[in-house]
Amino acid sequence: MILKVLSAAVRSGTPLLFATLGEIITERSGVMNLGLEGLMLIGAITGFMVSYNTKNVYLGFIAAMIAGAIFALLHAFMVITLRVNQVVSGLALTMLGTGISGMLGRSYIGQVAPKFSEMRIPILSDIPGIGEIFFSHDILVYLTYILVPLTFFILFKTKPGMILRAVGEEPSAADSRGINVYLVRYIATTIGGAITSAGGAYLSLAYTSMWIENMSAGRGWIAIALVIFSAWEPFKAMIGSYLFGGMMATQLRLQAGGKVNISANILMMLPYIATLVAMVIFSSSEKFRKRIGAPTALGIPYSREEKT
Amino acid sequence: MLKIRIVKRLNPPKYHAFLVPILSVVISLMIMGLFLWARFGKFEKVVEAYREMFSWPFIFDYGLPDTISKMVPLLLAGLGLSVVFKMKIWNIGAEGQLYLGAMATTWGALFLFKNVENSLILIPTLLLMGAIAGALWAFIPGILKAYLKLDEIVATLMLNYIAAHWLNYLIYGPWKDPEGYNFPLTAVFPESSWLPMFGESGIHSGVLIALAMVVLIYFLMYRTRWGFHLKIIGDNQTAARYSGINVEKNIILAMILSGALAGLAGGIQMLGVQHRLQHGFSPGYGYTAIIIAWLARLNPWAMIVVAFLFGGLMVGSEQLQIMMRIPISMVYVLQGIVLFTLLASEMIFNYKIEILIPRNGGEKSWR
Amino acid sequence: MLLELRNIVKKFPGGIVASDHVNFDLREGEVHTLLGENGAGKTTLMNILFGLYRMDEGEIYLQGRRVHITSPAHALSLGIGMVQQHFTLVPSFTVAENIALGLKKYKFKVDFKEVSKRIEEISKLYNLNIDPSAKVWQLSVGERQKVEILKLLYAKAKIMILDEPTAVLTPQEVESLFKAIRMIKESGTGVIFISHKLREVMEISDRVTVLKSGKVVGTLNRDELDPRKLANMMVGRDVVLKVEKKPKEPGKIVLRVSNLHALNDKGLPALKGISFEMREGEIFGIAGVAGNGQRELAEVIYGLRKPADGKIELLGRDITHTSVMARIKMGISYIPQDRNGVATCPNLSVAENLFLKDQQGEFLFNLKDVVRRSLRRIEKYSILTPNPNFPLKLLSGGNIQKVVIAREFENEPKLIIAEHPTRGLDVGSMEFVYRSLLKARDEGKAVLLLAGDLEEIFTISDRVAVIYEGEIMGYVEPDPSNLEKIGLMMAGVRDA
Repeated sequence: MILKVLSAAVRSGTPLLFATLGEIITERSGVMNLGLEGLMLIGAITGFMVSYNTKNVYLGFIAAMIAGAIFALLHAFMVITLRVNQVVSGLALTMLGTGISGMLGRSYIGQVAPKFSEMRIPILSDIPGIGEIFFSHDILVYLTYILVPLTFFILFKTKPGMILRAVGEEPSAADSRGINVYLVRYIATTIGGAITSAGGAYLSLAYTSMWIENMSAGRGWIAIALVIFSAWEPFKAMIGSYLFGGMMATQLRLQAGGKVNISANILMMLPYIATLVAMVIFSSSEKFRKRIGAPTALGIPYSREEKT
Repeated sequence: MLKIRIVKRLNPPKYHAFLVPILSVVISLMIMGLFLWARFGKFEKVVEAYREMFSWPFIFDYGLPDTISKMVPLLLAGLGLSVVFKMKIWNIGAEGQLYLGAMATTWGALFLFKNVENSLILIPTLLLMGAIAGALWAFIPGILKAYLKLDEIVATLMLNYIAAHWLNYLIYGPWKDPEGYNFPLTAVFPESSWLPMFGESGIHSGVLIALAMVVLIYFLMYRTRWGFHLKIIGDNQTAARYSGINVEKNIILAMILSGALAGLAGGIQMLGVQHRLQHGFSPGYGYTAIIIAWLARLNPWAMIVVAFLFGGLMVGSEQLQIMMRIPISMVYVLQGIVLFTLLASEMIFNYKIEILIPRNGGEKSWR
Repeated sequence: MLLELRNIVKKFPGGIVASDHVNFDLREGEVHTLLGENGAGKTTLMNILFGLYRMDEGEIYLQGRRVHITSPAHALSLGIGMVQQHFTLVPSFTVAENIALGLKKYKFKVDFKEVSKRIEEISKLYNLNIDPSAKVWQLSVGERQKVEILKLLYAKAKIMILDEPTAVLTPQEVESLFKAIRMIKESGTGVIFISHKLREVMEISDRVTVLKSGKVVGTLNRDELDPRKLANMMVGRDVVLKVEKKPKEPGKIVLRVSNLHALNDKGLPALKGISFEMREGEIFGIAGVAGNGQRELAEVIYGLRKPADGKIELLGRDITHTSVMARIKMGISYIPQDRNGVATCPNLSVAENLFLKDQQGEFLFNLKDVVRRSLRRIEKYSILTPNPNFPLKLLSGGNIQKVVIAREFENEPKLIIAEHPTRGLDVGSMEFVYRSLLKARDEGKAVLLLAGDLEEIFTISDRVAVIYEGEIMGYVEPDPSNLEKIGLMMAGVRDA
């Protein structure tokens, strides 16, 4: 029973993890994208449509990432080039994503597309406990096992990662070294959007094999909280995502099992209350309050000749 | 080498204030027209759709009352947000605060004061309850922001979801109308709690409250020292502290006011329009209000116009849905496009693009 | 000739001509100083050379070859490096990471062993004493500046621009910087030194070009240098740096602080038992290198920072636990060092900034009234602004400081705390500040002057104390003969 719950935690934490990782990359460059919910929905519907029509889940997944990248590019153009307020642009993106996915998805409601099937990893999945929890999933879950260390490695151990962080911390310093601040932010926002969208595609291609309107159900917003929760670090994002995935899974299980007589709606509040409480606890610690890890230039558009 | 750079205009011409919104609406309608054209296959249908959308919401006997009743919550919530946005506090939680207002008002109307028949006492009490509930809901992120530096965007978002589930819990559970055929809605409020209508017009008196609030917020923000203090905090928190302003207290106060107005919007929606609490009573008023506050540049008077137009947009798209079977998600798409083009064109007009071509003896630029 | 700038013209939006047909050149192995008041166009000219700004007209020749410099990176690749006033380092990165950030050599992985080795070599060669693995935020301002210089040496810059490098340094640090500059010069690099401090200019320069309002006034060779002449060229008149000072007539005690302790932003002790008294009609100068507790002291007295221990009395009343607002009302004025970050709201208008702390009509507020009342202050303090509704951030540094001074002086203060009140100001504005402070003293106000510039402290103070690491090291007579002594005390030597 407990193994099943933990395994489910990994499964339902995975879409959160994709979205959180995507946003970490975006925010590390100094851009805040509050449109995660919209991007996930775009990813979910694109993935579903392509996979349904081509009968190829991989094509669907790639298409979802491309669609996410395109919409993130729109946000990038708004906030980097046009210097529109990042909060407002992010909300507009969510609105647009919700609308477009709903519009495109109308004829797909009730249909079933191919999905990523379970792929037990030979030896690893036989390890008692661990195997069941971590190595009895679909390929996208394993993809995050690569993506998390890879993101960490690139961010903290390579030159491109250094440049990305410098742009988010001290854009003028990066600029004076010949780094194109705008370009770096464009790239980070676009890649971040693609990865976020992959989280949406996970919902329609692996978690289920259907399209349901608004199926991201607030995961995009939780991911935004998780970015802060994880102090902009990939491994902590993984822990946070599984924690919340676990909470969501438990609530579903309790609901389905009918063992506990609490209204489903009350249970559904849990992840949000937990996010809030966790943030309060973290915020009251002195170290976290100074937001170590937070990119100092987050949300501030860059312009070189501003002072004149 | 050709170089392009974007330079802020120091003095954008005055006519931009009108030109920009009009142009961006035209652009988004053109984009949207392409969508519709693709759907209908016939250009005449697009024209017909637009004619419907732009006449219906603004004609007195058809959509106008509906437009106004949608304008009221948008305007109230937008006003509240303009207060906190002035301080650069990003309250994204108007939607949740509006739910709380609606819930508190419902609680009063259906349970607490169900035997009070004097409307003159009952209605103000119920609306006050709504405002207080909204204020309390905004107080939580306010105090967390002020003293723990907790990110208010995330906190208010979480509270929106908590409020939405709480509301669902009530209407699916304890507050469900026993005679409602198991639909998620409460019983109808006693008529003594309904907001009076202007004769047969179908316009409820909540619009007067909203307009009164415009005056009140204008007064607070532009004619009192408190408004000036919020402006200082918004520009430079350190300078505010240096000037002896209590930043924490003012963040909380502004959040409370912001939440109270959103809560009031929820209450008016209950007593003026719905007369019962039901699922989906707000088509995202609280989120749209963010956009309205922003597009009106936080100016209370401009907000009347913007809220009215957005109310019209909502009603017009509903009309399209009924008449031409265009899905409601289209509304979000249209709103999204309008918003993007508005934001983009505003910026484009505030900046000018210079193309630089190096020549002998320096560079020439075209603006 | 290493570098030649010919007829450089730069106009800013709003019609200000920051460079007006400027000619400037630099030879190998020399220090050529750009001298001028703030706003004279020194930094603008160098920003053009460094590719930060684009010139409207003019030509740049590097070793006889015409170049079009498009960006700082391009400038660096041509061998032109600049240490800007605002350092361009990433605080959370190590020294080595900061240096590696701009190296084209590494595409994906950085060989930090190699980078660190080079840093250590250069550091040894020029006696910079920099640890490549130190995080930048842990370094002192002087050390950060050395990292900036090291960065340019690492990139083998042939031309090194130093923009007001001494503004943030102790006398001892200035000495060590000058030593490094001399060694850099020896190696054949041309150094452009920007400053408005005559004493330093006299010491380090081989040639001096004086700029005034965007135009070149003239260029002098080393043997022609004379402080009076230079000052005259800078402002176009003789500067009276010796400000007239009437004999001191101290009155009753205004401020008494006893055994004051406080923590800094990082939670470390910044004040360790400070006690002193101040009387009416005196200027009490506290000298010290920036970062030795001056800011914390000012903030504790003003109420922005809570003391960990100790007592503050204003005119006999214990104010240790009162709010900033209460202290403003009791008559404490504060001119903080950070004009733009602390003392003003950059996006608000001049008028609004002049009345930031105004309490008249506690509840109601009328902007028109504020604008009307601001006209008098704008005139009285000769603030140069097109109109009272002009955004403050578009004024020059000197005029912003005038706005701050006007507001703080018109508040009918009993005590004025002035923290580095002339930092970054030109000679004319400096004189204005000195006169204002002396006038306040003569009117019977108590002035607490916190500054690092000894000339400044000596010019106007009645009494001088030296602060080092949050402690008062001792008292000194404000007399030029005590310069050596005070310098040592600022470096932590007690009772030298």
